[in-house]
Amino acid sequence: MSQARIPGPLVALAAAGLLLFVLPLAGLIVRAPWNQVWPALTAPETATALGLSVFCSLTATAVALALGIPLALLLSRTSGTIRGILRALTTLPMVLPPVVGGVALLLAFGRRGLIGAPLYAAFGLQIPFTTTAAVIAETFVAMPFLVIAVEGGLRGLDHRYEEAARALGAGSWKVFLRVTLPLLRPAVFSGAVLCWARALGEFGATITFAGNLPGRTQTVPLAVYVALETRPEGAIVLSLILLGVSLAILIGLRDRWLGEP
Amino acid sequence: MTKWVASLAALLLGSCAGNQGSGPPPTVSSIVVFAASSLEPAFVKVAGRVSPKYRLGVVFNYAGTQALSSQLMQGAQADVFASADTAHMKSLQDAGLIGGSPQVFGHNRLEIAVEKGNPKGIHTLADLARAGLVTVLADPSVPAGKYAQQALARAHVTVHPASLEPQVTGVLGKVSLGEADAGIVYVSDIVSSGKVDGVAIPDGQNVIADYPIAKLKSASNNQGADEFISYLLSPEGQSIITGAGFEKA
Repeated sequence: MSQARIPGPLVALAAAGLLLFVLPLAGLIVRAPWNQVWPALTAPETATALGLSVFCSLTATAVALALGIPLALLLSRTSGTIRGILRALTTLPMVLPPVVGGVALLLAFGRRGLIGAPLYAAFGLQIPFTTTAAVIAETFVAMPFLVIAVEGGLRGLDHRYEEAARALGAGSWKVFLRVTLPLLRPAVFSGAVLCWARALGEFGATITFAGNLPGRTQTVPLAVYVALETRPEGAIVLSLILLGVSLAILIGLRDRWLGEP
Repeated sequence: MTKWVASLAALLLGSCAGNQGSGPPPTVSSIVVFAASSLEPAFVKVAGRVSPKYRLGVVFNYAGTQALSSQLMQGAQADVFASADTAHMKSLQDAGLIGGSPQVFGHNRLEIAVEKGNPKGIHTLADLARAGLVTVLADPSVPAGKYAQQALARAHVTVHPASLEPQVTGVLGKVSLGEADAGIVYVSDIVSSGKVDGVAIPDGQNVIADYPIAKLKSASNNQGADEFISYLLSPEGQSIITGAGFEKA
């Protein structure tokens, strides 16, 4: 396949863009106290934070898939003002500073919150400071990435396949599961990856809504922040570990799910 | 964010001074003060007096003491450093970054922050160990958390906190929003917040934090730094400090 040459200035700009990503990474790698990587990796606190991060981010992604795909479907079927409003509401968490998102979550799900207060009164249920709160915070911040990706996929979909399935007698549920969803696979996959990555790095909403307790709500970004104050080397090592795990999962998943080189 | 607010405040102060035709002449020089976040309410007032008096613009960088100290270690440029503990001041001194000798300008003691009206009836540190009570502490990596740990140890109380906040403001916020029943913070935090009540901790259990201030060796405005520090130690400066909930040096 022959491709048009990319103009020189664009290549230079692309290189500058790439440098912006690569230089901070290089900084982390060059400055890392490599002799401390193994002790830090095997320290129980690291395993606890890492385990919690992986658990929370994957759970948040699963919740986002369950709620986000239907939401994207709804968005793609609306138009005009309603669509504008729905889309603005969906993308709001992307522009909101995460700390503000955390406060908003407290005002909704906290003991004094809109939903939280009746829950607390009826069942004594307290959401803040629990792992559930960490998952909610991550879902809140990360789900828009999935919704946007899936909605884009839906808009680019060739609806003749769905029409054909319907004409052959398939019900709406069956069309969704057997035709729409498989066609959406690339969009769902890339949306899920973005969503998961955002959830994994989440800090502001989590610390505000869920607090910071090792083993319960202290995910790796929170552990990095706390460590940065007392032992910066430890923070660098933790960041590297998070990077390594993310890279491994991203590369591994890509091959398995899409079968692309 | 606090940094922004501080710079904005300094700008406003500067422009106010400049706009008054009959008032004091506009500021001619400025200093950068790195100050522990717990000092913000007091230092905003101090700057309000110092600026017109010495025609000095004061720009603050408020953050946790440990964050400020690591910024300074990494080569951040400032004239004055006000710390929430002597340990961080000492390590900066050992690194050769402090110009003069640090002077303690105030003390802060711990208090239990509870909701207005103290609905859970919390009267001692031992009450914090009660089952079903949601207690939030500062992380031991920040001075307030370290002091809280010491106070609890002195009272022989074991608390299972719901969260270890990396900043005292996190503790205060969670108590004032009603999400936590109690937290251990500085008296000055309770005074400046106004949204929570304070329960005193007896002297035998309390930990008193020393707040030292010093000019940095890299100061670009030596005179301004000296003026700020001497005002803080003057009777006038000290009354602002005590008004904000601190104790006199």
